[in-house]
Amino acid sequence: MVLRIPPVTQEERTQLLHELSQKQNNSGLKPKERLAIPPQDMPQQDPAVRRSNVSEVAQGYTEEQARIEAMRCLQCRNAPCVQGCPVQINIRDFVGAIAKGEYGKALAIIKESSLLPAVCGRVCPQEVQCQEKCTVGLSLKDVSKAVSIGRLERFVADLDKNGAAAPAVAPTTGKKVAIIGSGPGGIVAAADARRAGHDVTVFEAFHKPGGVMVYGIPEFRLPKAIVRKELETLKKMGVQIITNFIVGRTRTVEQLMKEDGFDAVYIGVGAGLPSFMNIEGESLIGVYSANEYLTRANLMKAYDFGKGADTPIAVSKRVAVVGGGNVAMDSARTALRLGAEKVYLIYRRTEAEMPARVEEVHHAKEEGVEFHLLQNPKRILGDAGSNVTAIECLRYELGEPDASGRRRPVAIPGSEFQMEVDTVIIAIGNLSNPLIRQTTPGLEFNKYGNLVVDEQCRTSMPGVFAGGDIVLGAATVILAMGQGRIAAAAMNEYLAQKQVAGNR
Amino acid sequence: MSHRITGKRQIGEETFWIEVEAPLIAAARRPGQFIILCINSDYSERIPLTIAGADPNKGTIELIWQRMGKTTAELAALNEGDEIANVAGPLGTPTHIDRFGVVVCVGGGIGNAPLLPIATALKQMGNRVISILGARDKSRMILEDRFKEVSDELIVCTDDGSYGRKALVTEPLKEVCGRDSKPGHAFIIGPTPMMKFCCEATRPFGVPTQVSLNTIMIDGTGMCGGCRVEVDGKAKFVCVDGPEFDGHKVNFDLMIKRLGAYKKLELQAYEKYKQHQCRIGLK
Repeated sequence: MVLRIPPVTQEERTQLLHELSQKQNNSGLKPKERLAIPPQDMPQQDPAVRRSNVSEVAQGYTEEQARIEAMRCLQCRNAPCVQGCPVQINIRDFVGAIAKGEYGKALAIIKESSLLPAVCGRVCPQEVQCQEKCTVGLSLKDVSKAVSIGRLERFVADLDKNGAAAPAVAPTTGKKVAIIGSGPGGIVAAADARRAGHDVTVFEAFHKPGGVMVYGIPEFRLPKAIVRKELETLKKMGVQIITNFIVGRTRTVEQLMKEDGFDAVYIGVGAGLPSFMNIEGESLIGVYSANEYLTRANLMKAYDFGKGADTPIAVSKRVAVVGGGNVAMDSARTALRLGAEKVYLIYRRTEAEMPARVEEVHHAKEEGVEFHLLQNPKRILGDAGSNVTAIECLRYELGEPDASGRRRPVAIPGSEFQMEVDTVIIAIGNLSNPLIRQTTPGLEFNKYGNLVVDEQCRTSMPGVFAGGDIVLGAATVILAMGQGRIAAAAMNEYLAQKQVAGNR
Repeated sequence: MSHRITGKRQIGEETFWIEVEAPLIAAARRPGQFIILCINSDYSERIPLTIAGADPNKGTIELIWQRMGKTTAELAALNEGDEIANVAGPLGTPTHIDRFGVVVCVGGGIGNAPLLPIATALKQMGNRVISILGARDKSRMILEDRFKEVSDELIVCTDDGSYGRKALVTEPLKEVCGRDSKPGHAFIIGPTPMMKFCCEATRPFGVPTQVSLNTIMIDGTGMCGGCRVEVDGKAKFVCVDGPEFDGHKVNFDLMIKRLGAYKKLELQAYEKYKQHQCRIGLK
C-alpha cells in the first residue's frame, strides 16, 4: 500500500497521508506498516542560498509531513523515548496526538513538561536523547531513521503563532525569588517559581534577555523572535525581567537576600569564560573566542554593520575555526554568512568523536565548511601589524582511550603545516565565570570552578539553588532547562517549608 | 530601566561630561571601576567608560569621554533630560587603595577622569598625593580644579606648552621618582602610549606602577574575551582580571595594535554618521 519511494511532492504526500489515515481508521496500522512509512525529510533552504543569509535553515514540516512522520511512531507501551528526554516530555502521547491531527492537544502535552518547545524542537540533540531510544530507529538499525521527535515538537510549537495563554499562576505567597541569568535554565526556573505564586525577578547582565539563545545560538538556527515570544509569556505571567544587572557587581547574592528581601535565589549564569589554547599568537588581531565572534554577530547584529548596526566584526576571507562542538559549527557557518570565502574547521579527533549535533555537522558541510580532522593548531602567525596571516597545525592520530572513553588524539611529531587565514575562532569550550565565585563567600565550587549542587540543585548556601552550565560545565539548552525545573521544584518546596515555619 | 541624563557639559576640546541616573551603580561603585553603556538596545554598540564620580544620595554617576567615533559622537549629541537605554555596572575589580605614604597619580587627557576617584580615595586614606596631569594643549586639560582639592602637590603640563609646563608627563614623573621621599606607588591612566612610557619612566626607580587599561569590550563580565591583554606573557581579561594591572608587566605594543583592530570600520561608520548629520542639518 505504501509508496516505496519517499514522497517528495505535496500531491504525493497528500495521497500517502490519505491512504495511511484510511488504513488507520479501518483496521489500524500494524507496526510493520508503520516501519515502512518513509521518514520525512526536513524542508530546508538551499545551501548555496542560505550561506549568504541569516534566515532559518530548517523550514519546518508541512502539516502532511508532520502527520505522516507521527504515524511512524509505534506508540510503544514502555515509551523508551520519554526516558531519553531530560525533562521527560510525554513524547508518545504528543506524537500520537499529532498523528490524529490534534495539534493543540499535542502542544498541551508538551507544555506539561517543557516551557520552550519551539526552542527545544530546534536545538536539542535529539539523536543522543529521545530519538536514540526510539524503537523505530532501533528496528531500522539507524538512529537517523528514528521518529523525528524534535521536528514534530517544533511543528506544533510553531503553529502556536500568538503564544499560548500564560500558564496559570497560584495565589501570591509573598515570597520573593531572584533568578540570576535569563538563559534557558533561568526561564524555566522563573516560570515554575512564578506558577507556585512567588514574586519572581530575573536579572540579566546583558541589555537583552535570553542568554545563550540570543548571544550564542545564531538566528539561522534559532530565530530570536521565538525566544522573544517565550520571554513575553514570562512577562505575562508577572515575572519581572531586569537587564543590565550584574549579580556580583551591581548587587551581590548576599545583598539580594539580606537587604533586598529575596527568600530564594537560582543561579543560572552559564559558563561564561572562554577557554583559549595558550598557544603563540592567540592575542593577534583576528583571533576571537567563539563567544566574542557569535556575540558580535548575533546579539550585536554585526551582520548589519554599516546598515544600522554599530558593532563591527572582522571582514574575513579565510577563517579557521578550532573545535568540534555545536559552537564551532555555529561559528563556522556564521563566518560563511559574513562573507568568508573559505572556512576551515579544525578538530583534533575524527568526525565520530565530534560533540556537535549530527544535523549541524551535516549543514556545515552542505554549506561548504571544510573539515580538517585529526589536526590541531600549534601556533598562529601574524604580520608586522599583528594581524593574523596563517595558522600552523600539527597532524594527529588516535591513540588509547582517555578518561572520557574517547580515543585520545596524539600529535605526530614533525607533521607541522601552515594554512593561510586572516581570522581564527577558538571554540573549545568555556571555563566557569568567576564573578559569582569571587563575590559570594559561602558558596562551594569544585576545582573546575563549577558550583557544587546536590540532586535537587541545592547549593551549599540555604535558599540558593543553581543549574545549567555553571554547574554542568558545557552542556545544552535542554539540560539547563531540566536543572531549572529541578531547582524550581526544590525552591518551591524550600519556600513552602519556610512559609510554614514562619506561620508558627 | 532607562537612565536619564541630569547634567551635561562640554569640558574640553571634544571632551564631554554627563551626570546620569544609575542609582544601583552609584551605590555599588568603587574607585577604578567602569560601566558599559549601549545607547539604544537594538543596534548601538556597547562601549566601556570609566566612572569619574558618583553621588549615591542623588543616585547619579559621572561619565567623561572624548568624541572620537560614531558612538561617542551620538553620546555627545544627547542632552540633559535625554535617556540612555542601557548602563551596566559597576564592572572591573576596584582599585586596591592602601597607605603607601607618598603616591604619584599621573593622568593623561581623558585619563584624568578615572584617575580622580582613585586620587580622592588615596588622599582619604592618608597618603601624600602628588598629581601630574598632562594634555596635548590647554583646551584638552580637564578636571584640574578637582585634582587641586585632593592633591598635596599638583603638576600640570601640556605637550605644546599652551598651559602649565611644556613637557610630557614622563618628565615630571621621573623627577618625582628621583626625590628623596620616593613614591611608594604610582597610578597611571591615560592614552596607551603615554602609559607605556610612564611605566618605562618608573621602572628604573623601582616604583610599583599601576595602570588602568581601556580595551575593546562587549559584555564586560568575562564572557567574550575580546578585551584580553598580555600581562607577564599571559592572556588576561581586562574586564574581570583588571582593569588595573602592574604596568611593568603589560605588553603595551600588542595592546595598542589590538585597540586599532577595527579602526578602518570605525572610521567608515563615523564618516557616514557625520555626513548624515550634515544632511539632516544638525551640524
